[in-house]
Amino acid sequence: MAAVTFREKAQVLDEPGIDRALTRIAHEIVEHAGGTDGLVLVGIRTRGVSLARRIAARLQAIGGHTVPVGALDITLYRDDLALKGDTPVLRGTDIPFPVSEKTLVLVDDVLYTGRTIRAALDAIIDLGRPRMIQLAVLVDRGHRELPIRADYVGKNLPTARREAVQVMLREHDGQDRVVIQEPEA
Amino acid sequence: MGLTRKDLLDIRSLEAGEIRTILDTAASMKEIASREIKKVPALRGKTVVNMFMEPSTRTRTSFEIAGKWLSADVINVSGSSSSVVKGETLVDTARNIEAMSPNCVVIRHAASGAAHLLARTLRCSVVNAGDGMHEHPTQALLDLLTIREKRGHLEGLSVAIVGDIAHSRVARSNIAGMRKMGMSVTVAGPPTLIPPGVEELGVKVARRLEDALRDVDVIMMLRLQQERMTANYIPSLREYSRLYGLSLEKLRGARDDVMIMHPGPVNRGIEISPEVADGPYSVILEQVANGVAVRMAILYLLLGAKGAEA
Repeated sequence: MAAVTFREKAQVLDEPGIDRALTRIAHEIVEHAGGTDGLVLVGIRTRGVSLARRIAARLQAIGGHTVPVGALDITLYRDDLALKGDTPVLRGTDIPFPVSEKTLVLVDDVLYTGRTIRAALDAIIDLGRPRMIQLAVLVDRGHRELPIRADYVGKNLPTARREAVQVMLREHDGQDRVVIQEPEA
Repeated sequence: MGLTRKDLLDIRSLEAGEIRTILDTAASMKEIASREIKKVPALRGKTVVNMFMEPSTRTRTSFEIAGKWLSADVINVSGSSSSVVKGETLVDTARNIEAMSPNCVVIRHAASGAAHLLARTLRCSVVNAGDGMHEHPTQALLDLLTIREKRGHLEGLSVAIVGDIAHSRVARSNIAGMRKMGMSVTVAGPPTLIPPGVEELGVKVARRLEDALRDVDVIMMLRLQQERMTANYIPSLREYSRLYGLSLEKLRGARDDVMIMHPGPVNRGIEISPEVADGPYSVILEQVANGVAVRMAILYLLLGAKGAEA
């Protein structure tokens, strides 16, 4: 398979834009859950974990409680393991608290086909039975292949399938921005 | 970034980067053991055949659990009690196994080179679970994982491997792995059980146990393999135990934070005294727990992404 290189087409969120989106999501979570009691966040590796931590900091500022944050590696639950050319690197799941009877908010950077979330739901349910599972994403770019939707969305972003959406975060990329990329002609 | 090879046959042919990948993956697998429901779907629909032609509790159970926790179907084929000799017989058995279309065969055999022979014959992955006096790669990997967990790193650490070096596939695999990871190794044992030319593997040889124990980070005691000893290598068990057995007394010369390992099964009172085997420095049971994680990592890395291939 020839490697496709992408070039930046447009910036869709800058640093203040990401901040505002996460603050709004935090407020919506508190409003929906009626507080921060019994709330836990689980980020999907890698960038979902950083986003979950940022949302948790805002939730604490709003609700006063510390909201536990876990990290989920969905690699072992993927439905495309047999199709991938190379075995994906395992980074491990780290959810050091019980999820049963909690309101669990899954956090990821981009919602696309929905297959990652399908895998995440299976992974979570193997760990216990939350009272409710919700989904928060920074960007929803459409093109679902499964009946899955997000409860909290930072930005709805219409894209073409051939394009790529890249979320860059300080913790991993040294800067906060979201860009759409298109294949180099 | 995974393993691009079909088989895991020995440590000698692995690169340091591949060893690191296996250890990192195994460290991630450990979380699954702590779950209430110990099962992930990664290898659903894959078949692993455990072919154990030599007695084994730990390794066979460990491979079986590893496969099952990853949702593979695991079948155990116990070797005939008659000695299966290297050559046509083993190839014949392998062809029969292949007719069941497994994705992986795990082989334990008394003949050195048995796993390599199978790997050449079979299209599926082959994992060496110990071949004669040659190698036992998964044991070395779980030992490295245990040391890395305790010390946080491998490079620069020093290890004493003590006992029957000549007959030990565990020693051979560990020496290869430890040298690749930048560790220094000293071997000690009766001169009859130290293979001539062992220095060529990059290890030092200590004549006395006390000399080997001083200042090392890890002491690895080997089992006296009486089933492989075809001649009189030692005058008596009692003398062996007195000179090369690890007792509390001998341990006094070692560092305060030394780690003591043993691949099992332990001959209590011969190569290691019960107080030492069950003592605070011993990581013997951690080694066993890490064995499952390492074997999960290997099955995942060999089979996880290769379902579409012939």
